[in-house]
Amino acid sequence: MTVDFTRLGVHDLGRSFGRRRALARVSFACEAGEIVGLLGPNGAGKSTLLSILATLLKPTTGHVQYGERTADVAGAALRARLGMLGHDLYLYPELTARENLLFFARLYGLADAEARVAHGLEKAQLAERADDQVAGFSRGMRQRLALERALVHGPRLLLLDEPFTGLDQASAASLVARLRGLRDDGCLVIVATHDLDVVDGLLTRVLYLRQGKLVAEEPGEGGGGALWERYQRVISHS
Amino acid sequence: MTDFFRIAWLIVKKDLTVEIRSLELVLTTVFFAALCVLVFAFAFVEEGRALDHAAGGILWIAIAFSGTLALGRTFERERQAETLRALLLAPADRPALYVGKLLGVILLMLLVQVLIVPLVGLFFQAPIFRHPGLLGALLLTGTIGYAAVGTLFAAMLVRARSRDVMLPILLYPIAVPVIIAGVRGTAAIFQATPDEPMARFWITLLLFFDVVFVTLALWTFEPLMTE
Repeated sequence: MTVDFTRLGVHDLGRSFGRRRALARVSFACEAGEIVGLLGPNGAGKSTLLSILATLLKPTTGHVQYGERTADVAGAALRARLGMLGHDLYLYPELTARENLLFFARLYGLADAEARVAHGLEKAQLAERADDQVAGFSRGMRQRLALERALVHGPRLLLLDEPFTGLDQASAASLVARLRGLRDDGCLVIVATHDLDVVDGLLTRVLYLRQGKLVAEEPGEGGGGALWERYQRVISHS
Repeated sequence: MTDFFRIAWLIVKKDLTVEIRSLELVLTTVFFAALCVLVFAFAFVEEGRALDHAAGGILWIAIAFSGTLALGRTFERERQAETLRALLLAPADRPALYVGKLLGVILLMLLVQVLIVPLVGLFFQAPIFRHPGLLGALLLTGTIGYAAVGTLFAAMLVRARSRDVMLPILLYPIAVPVIIAGVRGTAAIFQATPDEPMARFWITLLLFFDVVFVTLALWTFEPLMTE
């Protein structure tokens, strides 16, 4: 059984690690079909927020609602609709590209695992290297494979932490096109990134975080100037 | 329930594939266990005669020490590329992940034993073929108990900075009953006049430990893995 949802609600979210406060009273909501950017300097709380949204970390205060449910109630059924690509790529270097995707497809209990894996390998442009061990791949190839790993089960909510790291221009453009396709298919994408030039024009909404607080929220486009200019303005005035 | 064991088997299969390709754990644990037996053989064998009752103790010391090496690495591998997060993100029963990891460690420890039991027999003139069924049962039940506690602690410490130091410090006091039962049971088999009822008593006790430790681990794994 899976739990589907089209709306994500974050209410008064806070998280502390010992005495250090990583997130404080963050609230926002978003809908399926959006690409939301989490922008902010290092230590702003972006990765912590993504980990909480992925149900890997429990908030100290507040809660997250996936449609009508919370992570505590929905548990494993909810996790079947979440996909995450972290800064580390969550791949086994000793396994081949195909084995990595097959392992995760089977972990998600997908009936058509082989077909999905073949499709994922095509999308990652790794069909010809499918039976090579991941240890021999470049960072860009691993990044593309890791994205397919996160997408193999067709998640509703896709969480990306610095997905453009190590990608050349062509691969970054291909990832941007892939994210647009996912958005059009009704996926809700939340991406934390410092690659402002790459995501300029891609995001439907931008959330600015600083020192664990949500300091501003604005539409992805039409906010006056390029994204990096808006980022500089918001962060320096917050 | 079938899904639980399907997930556990997936983890075992994946861990075995990784190990077959890297041979990292097999080589280090076998080498270390063999070295332990060899060093003790120099200390406790004089003029071809081994100290009475030494064989059982040395066998279990080698099993425990080499097992600690394997336990430390089993979750360390999942931490290196943060694959543990991907496992925890999957819609699988988290205790099934534990069982998969546990079975992998047990298989590795049993493989080590296949090599070091004959070594102990050779260096300490231990009659390893006298009661193979009883010795096998002792080794299996002891290994399950030791690995059950060790796998849980290894998972618990995966994000701790001093995990390499902390694992033996936490593991050995809790696993002492398993080691004592293993040593006494093995000594009962190896002694000049074997004491079969005593060996059976220690096997029963180890079975009891196994049930308690595995149940506790299954119960606590999910909360331990949620930060």
